[in-house]
This record gives sequence, C-alpha cells and structure tokens, in this order.
Amino acid sequence: MTLVAFWVFAGTAVGSALLCITRRSPVASALWLVNTLFNLAAIYVLLDAHFIAAVQVLVYAGAIMVLFLFVIMLLNLGRPGPTDIRGARGKVVAGVAGLVLAAELLVLRLAAPPAELLLPEGAVAGTVAGRGAVRAVAQPLFQAYLVPFEITSVLLLAAIVGAVVLAKRRL
Amino acid sequence: MLLGPSLAVSAILFSLGVVGVLLRRNAIVIFMCIELMLNAVNLTFVALSQRLGLDGQVFVFFVMTVAAAEAAVGLAIVIAVYRHRDTVNLQNINLLRG
Amino acid sequence: MRPLAGSAADWVGLTILLPFAGFLVNGALAFLAPRARRAVSVVGVGSVAAAFAVAVAVWSAVAGAHPAEPYVRTLWSWIPVGDLQVNAALQVDQLSVVMLLVVTGVSSLIHVFSIGYMRDDPGYARYFAYLNLFVAFMVVLVLGASFPVMFIGWEGVGLCSYLLIGFWFEEKEKADAGFKAFLVNRIGDFGFLVAMFLIFSHLGSLDFREVFARAPQALVPGGGTVTAIALFLFMGCVGKSAQIPLYVWLPDAMAGPTPVSALIHAATMVTAGVYLVARSNVLFAMSPTASAIVAGVGALTALFAATIGLKQWDIKKVLAYSTVSQLGYMFVGVGVGAYAAGIFHLVTHAFFKALLFLGAGSVIHVLHRAYHHTHREADAQDMRNMGGLMAYLPWTSRVMWVATLAIAGIPPLAGFFSKDEILGAAFARGAAAPFYYVVWLFGLAAALLTAFYMTRLMLYTFHGPNRTGDLERPHLAEAPWVMTWPLVVLAALTVLGGALNLPHVGTLHRWLEPVTERSAALLPNLAPSTGLEVTLMLLAAAIGVGGIWLATRMLKPASLTTPERAPAETGFAKLLLEKYRVDELYAAVIVRPVVWLSRVVLWKGLDAGVIDTAGVNGSAAVARGLGWIGSRLQTGQVGTYVFFFVVGALAVLAALLR
Repeated sequence: MTLVAFWVFAGTAVGSALLCITRRSPVASALWLVNTLFNLAAIYVLLDAHFIAAVQVLVYAGAIMVLFLFVIMLLNLGRPGPTDIRGARGKVVAGVAGLVLAAELLVLRLAAPPAELLLPEGAVAGTVAGRGAVRAVAQPLFQAYLVPFEITSVLLLAAIVGAVVLAKRRL
Repeated sequence: MLLGPSLAVSAILFSLGVVGVLLRRNAIVIFMCIELMLNAVNLTFVALSQRLGLDGQVFVFFVMTVAAAEAAVGLAIVIAVYRHRDTVNLQNINLLRG
Repeated sequence: MRPLAGSAADWVGLTILLPFAGFLVNGALAFLAPRARRAVSVVGVGSVAAAFAVAVAVWSAVAGAHPAEPYVRTLWSWIPVGDLQVNAALQVDQLSVVMLLVVTGVSSLIHVFSIGYMRDDPGYARYFAYLNLFVAFMVVLVLGASFPVMFIGWEGVGLCSYLLIGFWFEEKEKADAGFKAFLVNRIGDFGFLVAMFLIFSHLGSLDFREVFARAPQALVPGGGTVTAIALFLFMGCVGKSAQIPLYVWLPDAMAGPTPVSALIHAATMVTAGVYLVARSNVLFAMSPTASAIVAGVGALTALFAATIGLKQWDIKKVLAYSTVSQLGYMFVGVGVGAYAAGIFHLVTHAFFKALLFLGAGSVIHVLHRAYHHTHREADAQDMRNMGGLMAYLPWTSRVMWVATLAIAGIPPLAGFFSKDEILGAAFARGAAAPFYYVVWLFGLAAALLTAFYMTRLMLYTFHGPNRTGDLERPHLAEAPWVMTWPLVVLAALTVLGGALNLPHVGTLHRWLEPVTERSAALLPNLAPSTGLEVTLMLLAAAIGVGGIWLATRMLKPASLTTPERAPAETGFAKLLLEKYRVDELYAAVIVRPVVWLSRVVLWKGLDAGVIDTAGVNGSAAVARGLGWIGSRLQTGQVGTYVFFFVVGALAVLAALLR
C-alpha cells in the first residue's frame, strides 16, 4: 500500500519537476515547483519524517516559493515573453549532462550503508510514534546540534541584513 | 523498504535540477532549479535517516533554513541586478567577461 | 758536487715573480701615470735584469751540482683530480737553465733598446707592462716541470704576442695581425692539448720526470701511440714556431714594434716549439716516423721561407721569413736526433737574429724620425727607401754585418758552428735512412739562399746610393746610444757564441747530456768520420761565402728606385713577392668556408632560424596561445561557468564510481 502511494507521489513529483524546468513562463515554473514540493512532503510522511514534511510545506512551499512569486511579480516577469530556454546546442549539452549525471547517481545509490550503522527496521518510526514527531527532531536539535542551531540563527540574521541592504533603492 | 526507490527518485530530481540550470537563462528560474536540487538532497537525507537515525532529519532542517536565507539574499541580488541592468537574462549579465 | 736543494736554485721562482711584479707596476702606471717614463723604464728593465741575475746564480748552482736528475721545486698542488696530480712546479736542469739564461739575458738587452725605440710612443707604460708579462710567461714555459705548467706559459706568451703585435691597434691592419697570430696559434695548441690527453691516458702522469721515465717501458717504441703523441706535440710546435703550414702569422706579426719582433718572434717565443721537442726528446727518439716528419717539415720550411725572403722589400719581412727558415733548421736538428745541436742553433740564432731585428729597428727608427721632420708619408721599412746608410749609421751597420756573416754561416762566428752541426748530423743520419740526405740537401740549399738574401738586405740598406730623399738626408744620424750598446753586446755574443759548442769539444752537448741521454740510447749512434766532418764543414763555409759573393755579383743596388717609381714585378719574382699567395689560398679554402658556415648555417640558419624562431619566439607564441585559450574561458557568462562546474562534478562522481 505505502509503495503504491509512494510511486504515485514520486511520479507526480518527477513529472512536475520536468514541467517546471520546461515552462516558458516563470510563474508557471514556480507553480509546478510548488507542486513538486508538496509531493515531496507527502513522501517525507511516508518516510516517517512527519515534522520535516510539515516544515517543508510551511517553509519551502509556503514561504520560499511565495517569495519567488513576489519577486517575479515585482520584476514584471509574469507575462510570457521571449523564451529564455537555450537553443538546440544548449539543449543537447544540458540533456547529455543530465543523463550522465542521472546514470552516475543511479549507480552510486546502490552502495548500501555499512551494516553496523543500520538501525533495525521501524526503529525510527517507533521513536516518532513514541515521542511525537516534533520532539523526535527537537531533542537532537537542541542537545547534540545546539551549536549549529545557534550559528544558523546568526546566519539568518546576516541574511536578513544582507537582503535589506541589497534590495534598498538608496543606501 | 522505501530506501532504494527514494534514492532513485532523488537522483532523478537532482539531475532534472541540473538540466534546468544548464537549460535556462532566466536568473529566477535557475534559482528555482537550484531549489529543486536542494530538495532532492533533502529527500536523500530523509530516506537514509529512516535507516540510520534521526540525525538525517535534523540536517534537513538545517538545509531548509539555509535555503531560506539563501533564497532571500539571492533574490535581493536579482532585484538589485534588475535595477541596474533592466534584465534578469544571464546572457546579458556578463561583466565578469575577461 | 753540491746538491741543488738549498742553493740558489731554490730561488728560481724569482725569475717569474720579478717580471710579473714589473708587469703589475707598469700596468698600474699605464693607467695612473702613463707619462712617468723614467719610472716605467726603471721598473721594466730592472725587473728583467734582476731576473737575469737570478738566472745566472741558478746557472752557477747547476754548474756546480751537475745533477743527473732535474731538480723540481713544487710550489703548490694545482690539479688533484682522481688519478691526475698536477703540481705548480718548476724544474731546474741543464736544459731549462740554458733557456732561462737566453730568455732573461736577451730580453734584458731588448728592454734597454726599447727605452730608446719607444720613447715617443704614448703607450710607453703599456708596452713595458706587456713586455714584462711576456718575460714572466716565457720563463714559466721554460721552467715548467710538467706539460700543463708549460702550457700555461705557452698560452701566456701567445696572449702577450697578440697584445704586442696589435700594440698599435687603432690601425685595423695591425689589430688583424695580432688576431691572426692568436688564431693560427690556437690550431697548434689544439694539437698540444690532444698530446697531453694521450700522454695522460697512456702514461698516467703529466710530469716531465715521470713521463720520460715511464715512456720507454710503457709505450711501444716506433708504435702508433708514441708516434701520435709526438706528432700532436709537433702540431703545437708548428703553430708556435711558425713552420709549414702554420707559419703565416709570423710575417704579419711584423706589424708590432720592432723590439717585440726581436724578442718574441726571433729569440724567445717562436723557439718554444724547439724547446718542447728538445724537452720531449725521449718521445721523439722513440718514434722514428715522427722525428722524420719533424726534420722533413723543418727542412721544407727552411727552403720555402728562404725563397720568399729573396724577393721581399720590407726589411722586417725579410727578417721574418729568415726567422721561419732558421726555425726550420732548428727542427731539422732536433728531428735528426741532434737535440743539443738544435738547442745550440736556438741560442746562436737568438743572438744574431735579435741583433738583426734591433739593427733594423734602429734603421727604421732613424728613417721614421727623418720622415717625421719633413712630414713625408713614406714607408720607413721599405728597403727601396734606404741605401748607403753605412755613412750615417756606422755602428749599426757594422754590427749588422757581423750578424749577417753569422747567419750566412761564415766561420768562426756562432752561426757557422751551429748550422754546420745540424747539417752534419742530418748527413750522418742519412747513412741509416736515405731520406735524411734529402733533408741535408734542402738545408744546404737554404743555407745558400740565406747567405744570398741577407747580403741582399745589407746591400740594399747600407750600401749603394741613398734613396731616402734629399730633404730627409740631413736628418739621418746614428741611433741614440741607449739603442746601440745592446747591439754591441749582442754582436759580441754572436762572435763568441760559437765557443759554446765547438766540434769535438762539445761543451753544450756535454752540458745537456743528462737531459738527452735516454734518447741517445734509443737513436742509432752515427758519428761521422773526421774526414767527412771536415769536408762537410768546408762545404758549409763555401756555401756561405758563395752565397754572399753571388749576391754582390748579381744585385745592383744602384739600379733600385723608390717604391713609388719601382716597376711592377713579373713572373716568378712576382710569385715570391706575393709569398706564393699562401694567405690568399688559406683565405679561399679555409677562412671563407668557415665564415660562410658561421654566418649562413650557424647564425642565420640555426641561431636565428631554429633557436630564435622555434625556441624563443615559439615558446612565447605557445604561451600566448595558451593564454588566448584561457581567456576564451572567461566568457563572463554564468552559464558557461556552471557548465564547467557540472562537468567537474561529473568527473568526481565518475572517480567515485570505481
């Protein structure tokens, strides 16, 4: 059952991604990307990452993509204009690069993680069920990964300041 | 059980992102394709975390945070460039030309 | 018998140091105070005269000690490399002491002469500096205890010869003459070097003592190796001592000041080749082929040069060809195995040839002064501008007649005994190998011609009517005393020099025995009978007299005209005057092809074409090309950069795939 659901969501995600990169209108591309993100969130749920799925929808699809759309609208790029897709040569190059990359990655993924690292099946699902999705992620975040957490907040501060400065009309 | 297929999907999504970056000239669309690549990586992390522990999900959390910051700053740059050059077509933004 | 160690022989190094110090002082004066003539004269003459005094002391030490082995003063270890050990060492033995006396003695006299001759020259200090340096190097040459040390002297005197021939280098001809001398010498030096290599590789040493002790055992007598060594050594001699085919530099060397010609190109440097053969007598005695070649070349050169001397008008050129010819005689002497005879002729020749050159120098000096007074541009060296100078230069003409009689071989002057001994040895050797009869015959013919052309020189210069010009005649007077008394001393030596080695007394022969005994053991002992000896002596004297008589009969000085009005020569006389056009032949056959090779092939072809174009400019073009390629990568397009990014990532992944 989960497998079927997985393939449905995966297929949609891949299809949306394909459409995203081939639409002429940037708005269309953005919206197809949103669709991809939603489907990925669904897959996360199937992978016992409920919290991450929620954050994906909230932050990625909800905030970041909205920001993209705002900027597209701000710069008046919504209307379909002359295409910005590269010509035949560019398409061939991109296609070949993509195919090679896909092939290499598909081969690489076959390398299984070492046995001693593997947790028993369902262990994570159990943790999530036992502690709750949020707590399962929050506990390592605020205990083992506290320093990176703090650094990330500083990073966000820097990003805010940077974005404001860069986008100002007059300093 | 879902590990293998997830990694395959992630690989395909990543490749599509790369194709998009190489295919398009619009700065914002390229940015979106980069976000697509990041999401593929997130999928890999989450898939692996199901077998290797919750640290993978924590990492995804960080990735998303950084992606948000990066999107904000990057789009600010795009706006600034648009104000100067009146275009976001990367073909025309070639001041780095040696 | 007193040992040599601890005697005056220990101070033999002073004979080098004193002239060298003179060079340094005079050189400094040439830069700082070039007009300080008195200081320069004192230092210049004093250093060489002091060296002569030391030489006399060393000689008396050797005379008292009668050493059987040479006395070697090792100064320091010069080249210790692997199996090769060459020391900076000086060797005192009978032969080197004879050479030392001749070199320092004759050069002292010539230094004194130069004071008068070079008085008016602005390069006075430079001249004496070079002359002192020459003496220093020449002494190194004769005192060297090994081939390399001798070679240092050899090269050094070549250098000084170049400097002094081209002394008036502002005139291109004279500078070219110096260049020619150096270059031709270099060809000979190559032979010397190859000989040294062969000696070292076969005998394991370059020390005279060791080489000459080992050679008779280590090398096959008459074999290819020893012949090769001897011939390569002789090649050096051919260059330095101006034999066929490398004699061409000596007549041109007359471009230098006349005292230089007297010292370097008559008495000392050119005799270095004879000294080398005499020193290496063991090697030459071991190789009859090489000795025969030495004698043959010497005889041929003697005759050849004598024929050229018959028709030269320049007084110095006559003497130059005469020197070449007499050097040929010396080589005949050492070639037939009569090493003492060769050295004997070297000594007597030094006396009378120096005398002849200095006398000619006096004549030229006087004529020069006369022309200077009347501001006339005429060749002060052309005999057609001379004539009847006996009346004006009585002392000079008298001593020059003494020298002429000596060189013609008139007894009892020195030249007669030395020349006769050589010819006698050649004739005696002919009994064992008929080839030497030919050598003897050539020598005899050359003697006749020598007497002839020297008499011609004297007749045209000092006798007959004076052709110098009516305006100049009042200015003709004897040269200053400082120039004349060295001539008198040399004349005395010419007269008495024969006593050095009278037949059957053989003072010099016995003196040199310790040096020549090893080779004497290897050579056939051919003492001619007394009757034959006397016949040959009378024949030689008759030839000398005959030559003089023939010249007085055939030549008419009165019929000579000055060069401007002289008729052009024709036929064989023209060929002689143009010295058989040998220089022209060399220029066409050797010089031009080499210059062509240098200019077209090596310069334009190789250097400009290949190295510059392909190498230098080519590598610049390659660098520029690479730079152009690199610049094409900088498109400024983000898309391009991303593409390379992706390619790189793909490559890394591919590596991970393994």
